[in-house]
Amino acid sequence: MTEGAPVASEAVDAHGGEQGLIADPMHQFEIKRQIAIDVFGIDASFTNSSLFMVIAVVAISAFLILSMRGRALVPGRMQSLAELSYEFVANMVRDNVGTAGQRYFPFIFTLFMFVLFCNMLGMIPYTFTVTSHIIVTFALALFIFLAVTVIGFVKHGAHFLKLFVPDGVPVVMLPLLVVIEVLSYLTRPVSLSVRLFANMMAGHTMLKVFGSFVVALGVLGGWAPLAFMVAFTGLEILVAFLQAYVFAILSCIYLSDALHMHD
Amino acid sequence: METEAAKLIGAGLASIALVGAGVGIGTIFGNYLAGALRNPSAAQGQFANLLLGFALAEATGLFGLVVALIILFAF
Repeated sequence: MTEGAPVASEAVDAHGGEQGLIADPMHQFEIKRQIAIDVFGIDASFTNSSLFMVIAVVAISAFLILSMRGRALVPGRMQSLAELSYEFVANMVRDNVGTAGQRYFPFIFTLFMFVLFCNMLGMIPYTFTVTSHIIVTFALALFIFLAVTVIGFVKHGAHFLKLFVPDGVPVVMLPLLVVIEVLSYLTRPVSLSVRLFANMMAGHTMLKVFGSFVVALGVLGGWAPLAFMVAFTGLEILVAFLQAYVFAILSCIYLSDALHMHD
Repeated sequence: METEAAKLIGAGLASIALVGAGVGIGTIFGNYLAGALRNPSAAQGQFANLLLGFALAEATGLFGLVVALIILFAF
C-alpha cells in the first residue's frame, strides 16, 4: 500500500509541492499514514488508502443491507437501485460464463461493487482514489489470475494446458504460437491491473491539470472553462463506471476460458 | 543535464501512444454509428460491446502514458 508513496513524494520534490500557480497534479495520489502500525518490521500502517477501502466496503454494505430491508414486492427507489446492480452483474455472469458461472457470481458481484465504489468515491473532491495505485489493482488482478488458473487445473487437470495450443494450426507454427499464447496468458494480470490503474490516474491527473486552468482562463473565457470542466467530470464518472464494468467483465471472460476452455 | 533532457523527450515520445488510442476510439464509435444507422433495431444490443471496445482501446493508449510517467518519475 505504501508502494505509491515514493513516486508521489518524488513528484512533489520535482514540482515544489502545492505552491505556485499550477498545483502539482500528482500530489493527490500521495499516501499518508493515519495510524502507524508496525508488524515485525513490516510497515502495515492504516493509511488514507486503507481508510477509503473501509469507507467503500461500509458504503456498499450499508447500501445493499439498508435498501433491501423493506423487501417490498414493488421496490422503492433505493431497492430498485440494489436490484438493478444485482441484475446487471447477474446478466453479465450469465451472458459470459453461462450457468456454470453462477457459483462465482458472489465473487464477481463483490469485485464489481468494490471497484465501482472505489472509483466513484474518488470522484468526490478531496477524496482519495484507492484504484489509482497499481499495487491495489495488481493485487486484485493477481488474485483473479491465480484463482482462475487454479479453477482451470482443478476442473480439467493437465488437459487445461491445451488452452495454450490453438486448434487447426499447422504443426510448423505451433512452437511459435504456443509461446505467444503462454505470454498473452501471463500478461493478463498486468494488462487487467494497468488498465484500471492507468485510467484512474490519468483521469484524475487530467482533471487536476485542467482544473488549474479554469481560474486562469476564466479571465478570458468567462464561464466556458468551468462548463468544459463539468463536462470532463461527467466523462470521468462515465470512465469510473466503465472501468469497473470492464474489470468485472474481463474477470468473467477469463473465468469462462478456464471453465469451458475453447468451446 | 543531458539525461534530464533525454527523460523529457522520452516521456514526450511515449505519449505518442495516445494517437493510437484516438484512432481506435474513433474507429469504434464511427463503425458503431455506421452499423446503427443501417440497422437501428440491432444497435441497442451492441451498446455493451461498444463500451467494452471503447474502454479496451482507451486503455491501450494509456499504457503509453504510464510508460511516460514511469520515465518521468521512476528513473
